[in-house]
Amino acid sequence: MIEVRQLYKSFGGQPVLTDVNFRIENGESVVIMGRSGGGKSVLLKHIIGLLQPDRGEVLIEGENIVAMNERQLLRVRAKFGMVFQGAALFDSMTVAENVAFPLERKRQFTPGEIARRVAIALEMVDLPGTERKKPAELSGGMRKRVGLARAIIYEPQIVLYDEPTTGLDPIVSDSIDKLIMRVRDQLKVTCIVVTHDMRSARRVGNHVVMLHEKKVYANGTPEEIFTSTDAVIRQFVDGVADAKERPI
Amino acid sequence: MNFLVGTWLGEWLTGLGRITLLARDAIASGLTFKFSRRDLLYQIYFIGIKSQSVVIVTGAFTGMVLAAQTYFQFHKVKMDTATLAVVSVSMCSELGPVLTALMVSGRVGAAIAAEIGTMRVTEQIDALRTLATHPVDYLVVPRLIASNIALPLLTVEAMAVGIAASYVVGVHLLGIDPTYAWYNMLKYSNDADVMIGLIKSVVFGGIIALVGCYKGMTCGLGADGVGRATTEAVVYASITVLISNFFLTMVLEHLCVLLGL
Repeated sequence: MIEVRQLYKSFGGQPVLTDVNFRIENGESVVIMGRSGGGKSVLLKHIIGLLQPDRGEVLIEGENIVAMNERQLLRVRAKFGMVFQGAALFDSMTVAENVAFPLERKRQFTPGEIARRVAIALEMVDLPGTERKKPAELSGGMRKRVGLARAIIYEPQIVLYDEPTTGLDPIVSDSIDKLIMRVRDQLKVTCIVVTHDMRSARRVGNHVVMLHEKKVYANGTPEEIFTSTDAVIRQFVDGVADAKERPI
Repeated sequence: MNFLVGTWLGEWLTGLGRITLLARDAIASGLTFKFSRRDLLYQIYFIGIKSQSVVIVTGAFTGMVLAAQTYFQFHKVKMDTATLAVVSVSMCSELGPVLTALMVSGRVGAAIAAEIGTMRVTEQIDALRTLATHPVDYLVVPRLIASNIALPLLTVEAMAVGIAASYVVGVHLLGIDPTYAWYNMLKYSNDADVMIGLIKSVVFGGIIALVGCYKGMTCGLGADGVGRATTEAVVYASITVLISNFFLTMVLEHLCVLLGL
């Protein structure tokens, strides 16, 4: 279970998140949505301890990770996998080395076992046979898939996705959405997806948290959010610049 | 101490404190052997083997010019055969370690800062952290240990090449008597000079690696941030090497006197 309590974060005196509260149960697939620059990625980075809040608590299975130092956080982070917006692949390594990285660091597996697991992970993200390629040789969608393979190879309990479909064409976005659902269903993991892609949010989430004006504005099921008559939610869901404007 | 906040001195002290904490963390991690042996070997290759050409050229031409200048001055007072002794002592205790460190800081310090800085701006360091890997264990420790191993070896190389080159210039070009030159060199050079040079090179290796890693890990965002971190890594490492060299000389020379070396 993940719980965020009264989270407050500012950068250079400028508040980005103020009094953010929500709770995610194990096995849920949660979509965090909101406008660009609204603090979604900042919130995601707080959940995995990449950022420290000015105030508030982040509880992972009841443990407050805000009070932990970087070394203590390593133990908690072993429960997480994260797919970055730009994939964040290690560009000096091949695809296979990138995907194998978490297993190599654990020093519990033989080279043969690692190679077998890498092949399975790449198969799962529909990228078999790309082991020897370098990240620079891959397209944006392929890089995100490799990032996903790297995030799931050590079977984490929670997978975080930071804008997984941003910058991708609709067909590749669709394949990434299907991949997120496949990972969720096959590995039974808790998923947290930050996105402002409404189509993606409808498909992958069974719980939606919407950020607005630095706070959690709405928190509910996709049906509740997408059928809401609230002006702010409608404006965002319909994607119109002016709240009075009707969607085309 | 609030009056220091936002001032140049305050920022400098903060940076000094952070790099000290980084050094502490890296040494503690190094002692627990959490780093990868393969990464360490690669860093030794990158810092040690790949820096050899630069160090050999620097050592050779420094030895040659030092021999020539010393000869020109000593010749006036008929002390030609003391030339190699001066070159030898200078190369072993001062010029060998300092020039090697300056050349390596230009080549390796810049490369470390640029590589780690690029990893920072492309979120690769965040990715390391999400993969339950401490950036200090993975990025800093192998570079620090490799630098501490490679610098003394490169320094010995610079010393040997510098002395050999000075011998060639002194004996074959300037006509110094080889027997007396060799005798005086051995008479006035001693083990302590070489030891001082080697101890300095270990310290300089640590400075180059730590400053490069620190600048890379704290660089600003974007290409501008990486560029600035790279420049600062070279400048700060070089200045720190020069400043620390003075204090190391004073301490080590006094220590040698106290120990009777």
